[in-house]
Amino acid sequence: MAKVKPRVKVPKSAAAGDVITIKTLISHPMESGQRKDKEGNPIPRKIINSFTCEFNGQTVFSCDIEPAISANPYLEFTAKVDEAGTFKFTWVDDDGSVYSDEQEIALK
Amino acid sequence: VVTAFGLRAGPAFASAEDAMAKITDFAGGTEPQMGTISLTAPEIAENGNTVPVSVSVDSPMTEEDHVASVAIYADGNPNPEVITFNFTPMSGEASATTRMRLAKTQNVIAVAKTSTGAVFMDKKEVKVTIGGCGG
Amino acid sequence: GNWSRAAAQQAMTEDDLLSFDATGNVTLVHITDIHAQLKPIYFREPSINLGVGEAQGLPPHVTGDDFLKLYNIDPGTPHAYALTSVDFVALAKAYGKMGGLDRVATVIKRIRSERGEDSVLLLDGGDTWQGSYTAQQTLGGDMVEVMNALRPDAMTGHWEFTYGADRVTELVESLPFPFLGSNIYDAEWNEPAFEPYKIYDKGGVRVAVVGQAFPYTPIANPRWMFPNWSFGIREEDIAANVAAAREDGADVVVLLSHNGFDVDRKLASRVDGIDVILTGHTHDALPEPVIIDGTLVVASGSNGKFLSRVDLDVRDGEVKGYEYRLIPIFSDVITPDAEMNALIEKVRAPFADELAREIGRTDSLLYRRGNFNGTFDDLICDALLAERDADIALSPGFRWGTSLLPGQAITVEDLHNATAMTYPAAYRSMMSGALIKDILEDVADNLFNSDPYYQQGGDMVRVGGMGYTIDVNAAIGSRISSMTLMKTGELVDPGKEYAVAGWASVNEGTEGPAIWDVVEGYLRKNPVVQLGENQSVQVIV
Ligand SMILES: [Mn+2]
Ligand SMILES: [Mn+2]
Repeated sequence: MAKVKPRVKVPKSAAAGDVITIKTLISHPMESGQRKDKEGNPIPRKIINSFTCEFNGQTVFSCDIEPAISANPYLEFTAKVDEAGTFKFTWVDDDGSVYSDEQEIALK
Repeated sequence: VVTAFGLRAGPAFASAEDAMAKITDFAGGTEPQMGTISLTAPEIAENGNTVPVSVSVDSPMTEEDHVASVAIYADGNPNPEVITFNFTPMSGEASATTRMRLAKTQNVIAVAKTSTGAVFMDKKEVKVTIGGCGG
Repeated sequence: GNWSRAAAQQAMTEDDLLSFDATGNVTLVHITDIHAQLKPIYFREPSINLGVGEAQGLPPHVTGDDFLKLYNIDPGTPHAYALTSVDFVALAKAYGKMGGLDRVATVIKRIRSERGEDSVLLLDGGDTWQGSYTAQQTLGGDMVEVMNALRPDAMTGHWEFTYGADRVTELVESLPFPFLGSNIYDAEWNEPAFEPYKIYDKGGVRVAVVGQAFPYTPIANPRWMFPNWSFGIREEDIAANVAAAREDGADVVVLLSHNGFDVDRKLASRVDGIDVILTGHTHDALPEPVIIDGTLVVASGSNGKFLSRVDLDVRDGEVKGYEYRLIPIFSDVITPDAEMNALIEKVRAPFADELAREIGRTDSLLYRRGNFNGTFDDLICDALLAERDADIALSPGFRWGTSLLPGQAITVEDLHNATAMTYPAAYRSMMSGALIKDILEDVADNLFNSDPYYQQGGDMVRVGGMGYTIDVNAAIGSRISSMTLMKTGELVDPGKEYAVAGWASVNEGTEGPAIWDVVEGYLRKNPVVQLGENQSVQVIV
């Protein structure tokens, strides 16, 4: 399998109290568990099953993901920024792998 | 007609009843009200493998009164569950966008649950088509 | 004969066609769905164009004598010829060809000189770059060169995208005006991929033009040619852009739309703040705007046959009044603009011999428009059945394609006017009767869904070798019945496989000869086209 690679778009800075938009993508086939291979055997499920966004250690947004989410899961959501700090993004794979990324944001 | 979507080889599709049962579970017995939440999805999917869906809920998003979660269901996929978004007051707004698989033409349903126990719902039919003509 | 033609034309003058009760301070000039027709053409309007749901019986779903009655047009007049199919062949002989961008240039020059350059906005609704042999050969380059000489202020698009993302980007970046598309997004990061709107200072007022590309381009046409662009109606984005334009100080908001008429009719009833919708895609030509909740919806026809002029009286940030005229471009009456004529000849010159090469002759009127059949597609289906040895032929329900009168030679140019596109492979594949029914049901729903937002425009897929009955008001899955193989009279068996030949598949990797080669091969063996009335489709309204 190709290397799982997360990508994130966070504004570089925001004014205190701003609600910013965050966009994330992670390359992943999201094998649904519903497909069969050429021999007719079921292909086992292997998906990203959860995602969390924290800011300075506190949870901002999270989600529980099912096989109906497309390959290369895309998530767009908002965060209210009251201080400068670090966003931490975490994706959890069915196989136990955890992928993460971090982005700083400054105050204007 | 469905072309080669990832979900197609499944033994059976969920029904509207299956989706309703999941919604009832999620709502915890509260009858969902229409309004307050809006679900945005294309009328016709460009690609059943990746259909953009957005939810947005009117909410003050305060500690006392905020949207706790929004779950999305589809009543014609092998399983009705799609995703559950969990919000906090730090989310600022209760809005999110993702991309989902649709095995065939069906309803997509979004249900929001607030910290005060209110439940809201919106629904949209998304058509999955062969395409190929035009003016 | 010649006498009647001369007499008919003498009755019309350029001044009659172009005189206008000028009003207000801003003029919009709209042209759309030219489909790369640089030269005058014959184009027969449809004799059947059914509306469903709330649009049933409303313009543009009025044709023939009913259309003449509705708009109080006398039969046999130039307008009857231009706007309907009634008496088409006789009137075509009397009034001649229509369109030609050199004639269009004359009209635009006159409007600009009459109103002043700074009061006129020229807006191109799209489907401009595709539909001819020369556009095919130059990948739209000929049209860009000629249109640039008309100096449009903005355009939007649909078939443009079938040149593929790289070519579209190259051409769009070369344009001296914006290609607007409020509803086109980058499919990866969900960000606007085109400029959504532009505000112009014209006649002392601020005019916002919001662009709306064809929402179903990635469904009706091959998505693999522009995989990183996502479209859709995105009503909420139009509303947001209209609001943003008003916020920016727009006094007038115009939607330059390729939605199709019924989609725009619904949109006008749901989105506030749009003064004028210049609609395209469904190729309707209406002599008056349709007014929906205070929004003027203007339909300017296709193939360069018409140009719309809308004068707006804008005061205190409001449209106080308007004058409208759908100007028919009678090519024998309007003087060609010499510069534009020279430019058109220049872009066509490298292809002149091939364009003029005769490949057959027709004894029948050849046309395409109509909800279910057209004789040009009958010819294409006959060619597919014979040349690809098929039981059933399918030809897409495109609305572009010009007409040929009985007795005319069929040239390479004529054939390409009906077939020129970037995915022309004529496939042959085995399909079950059940799959064929599913295809017909799916296409019928794209045309006759009672909610316009689920309609894609276009017409029903044309079928050769098979007849069927269609109940247009039924639900998807139950519109089509009595599918019958014409050669045996047998009902199509859902479980049986049939050899089906068709063209313009949106699937990547479709194999087969180009459709124009298939038709040319057929004409080589059958050089004189004679087509009887097509009675293979029974319509239940
Ligand atoms: Mn068109
Ligand atoms: Mn079009």
